[in-house]
Amino acid sequence: MFTTKSGEQVFVIDSHTHLWDGSPANQKNIHGKQFIDCFYDYHHLGPDSYIWPKEKFERYSEEDYVKDVFEQGYADMAIFNPQYLGDFYHNGFSNLQRNEAFRKQHPDRIIANGFWDPRNEEAGLKQLEKDAKTYGWKGVKLYTAEWKGSSKGWKLSDPWAYRYLEKSQELGIKNMHVHKGPTIRPLNKDAFNVEDVDDAATSFPDLNFIVEHVGLPRLEDFCFIAAQEPNVYAGLAVVSALIHKRHHYFGEILGELLFWLGPDRILYGSDYAIWSPKWIVEELMSYELPEDVATETGQSLTLDVRRKIMGENAARLYSIDIAERCKELGLRTPTTSKTAKQEVAVA
Amino acid sequence: MQVPTRCGNRRQEVWLALSAVTDPELDESVTALEFITALEVEDQKRVKVEFRLPTYWCAPNFAFLMASDLRDAVAELPWVEEVSVKLLDHFSADLINRGVALKQDFRDAFPGETDDDLTALRETFLGKAFEGRQELLLRQLLAAGYDPGWIAQVSLGELMRQPLDARGDGLRSLYAFMWRRIRPNAGEQDLAFTTVDGKPLEPSEFRTYLRKVSGVRRNQEFNGLICRGLLAARNAR
Repeated sequence: MFTTKSGEQVFVIDSHTHLWDGSPANQKNIHGKQFIDCFYDYHHLGPDSYIWPKEKFERYSEEDYVKDVFEQGYADMAIFNPQYLGDFYHNGFSNLQRNEAFRKQHPDRIIANGFWDPRNEEAGLKQLEKDAKTYGWKGVKLYTAEWKGSSKGWKLSDPWAYRYLEKSQELGIKNMHVHKGPTIRPLNKDAFNVEDVDDAATSFPDLNFIVEHVGLPRLEDFCFIAAQEPNVYAGLAVVSALIHKRHHYFGEILGELLFWLGPDRILYGSDYAIWSPKWIVEELMSYELPEDVATETGQSLTLDVRRKIMGENAARLYSIDIAERCKELGLRTPTTSKTAKQEVAVA
Repeated sequence: MQVPTRCGNRRQEVWLALSAVTDPELDESVTALEFITALEVEDQKRVKVEFRLPTYWCAPNFAFLMASDLRDAVAELPWVEEVSVKLLDHFSADLINRGVALKQDFRDAFPGETDDDLTALRETFLGKAFEGRQELLLRQLLAAGYDPGWIAQVSLGELMRQPLDARGDGLRSLYAFMWRRIRPNAGEQDLAFTTVDGKPLEPSEFRTYLRKVSGVRRNQEFNGLICRGLLAARNAR
């Protein structure tokens, strides 16, 4: 819970967090080393006072998570969006069993999403059914840039992906957190293309597509798609970390998102442990759009808008009753935004 | 690597040639981005260049474009007899380095991964560079008091004759360079500001157009700031 200077309480859901193991013991090959090294470089885009030693960054503990995300990071709840990366790590970069064991310790606070990979074809569909039962998934992380054997990525518009989306819908998994990394095949095409989100969102209007990192570096394509597809959402992970060193630029991005998607389709996420949520939340809550951006987009960050971005929107997608959850967590119930969407996003 | 200042004119000549090569996605010079890690001139005729990108994962198509552009830029110097360009610490480094050394087409360097060369991709990103540079200049002109009606009808020649401040002048040069590049057959009397497809701008829809090209510039800026940050962190490791 974040308390504003005037004493207003804001319920916070961190919609993008990880519990990973990128340590040398878990690395299968050079790619595993390069992957965590690259994350560690991203880590350095944050404030210097929050930089961890490499060993801790490679594998941090459940206790670190509780302290950083819940105790210091203002989150009342947090969502795992795991990456498997089975070609790079022996036990996966994120491990479903470890996530689940941790979730069971904090069942009111953690939502542990899963993942699927359409390249597992028929066998993967069966596994998905099993996983959905075992873990009760309400969402999955879809990492289209994942390597698998000779394949270096996939698209949401692939025929097998369509079948997995169908199956997800059937199993009540409504929230697709799509990460668009550089998908490199075919190599003569733009590696960051987001058009496949458009195809999937049109074909599956009852699923929600949360595009993590808002499709950057293809923001305009993402906004164009999101403006037409009401079930497409913006996940602020990575973008939110720009707030510290690129104040004005962050405002430009947020202004565009507010203009094209409105305040009901933007979700706060820290991408922990790439960055610690504490400084991101503090800076987000005190941030004002630069004057030129506010004028051009006609947007402003009212307390209502902040409430939606910081928690209400994610609560709606995951059918969380904030007042009810506060009671369970022993917290004072925050007032809701005046225009809070009462209906559940996709019932 | 910084601008060579001591080791003879030929290194400086090479450096100048390399600085004309841009990262197609960022639309910035590879030397300004500090991608070049080593540069050697042997016997006054053989050149070795090494470069490193911000991550091991950077898209191989762009890496290939840059590597072959670096090779060609150096090869154009009249005294150069041999060029070697080497990409370091990249997952496709071997294929790219071999392809560039053999002067292979992209299709042949990555057999089976693509059915086409990179011409279309290069064209797309030249167009984005044009739009990104245009947006920065348009905003500069608006701030200096030029109105959309004037902007929509001004010729390139007339634009070049306007007295602008130092920043405006710099942005105009960058834009004019790209304008001539994507429009090799156009002349000074042609419209200075059109869409990338050559359509005139409508003053009534000027704001909408400006927002569209702002999006392009924003993507470049995002890439640029992430790439600089990651490269600095990577080099410090």
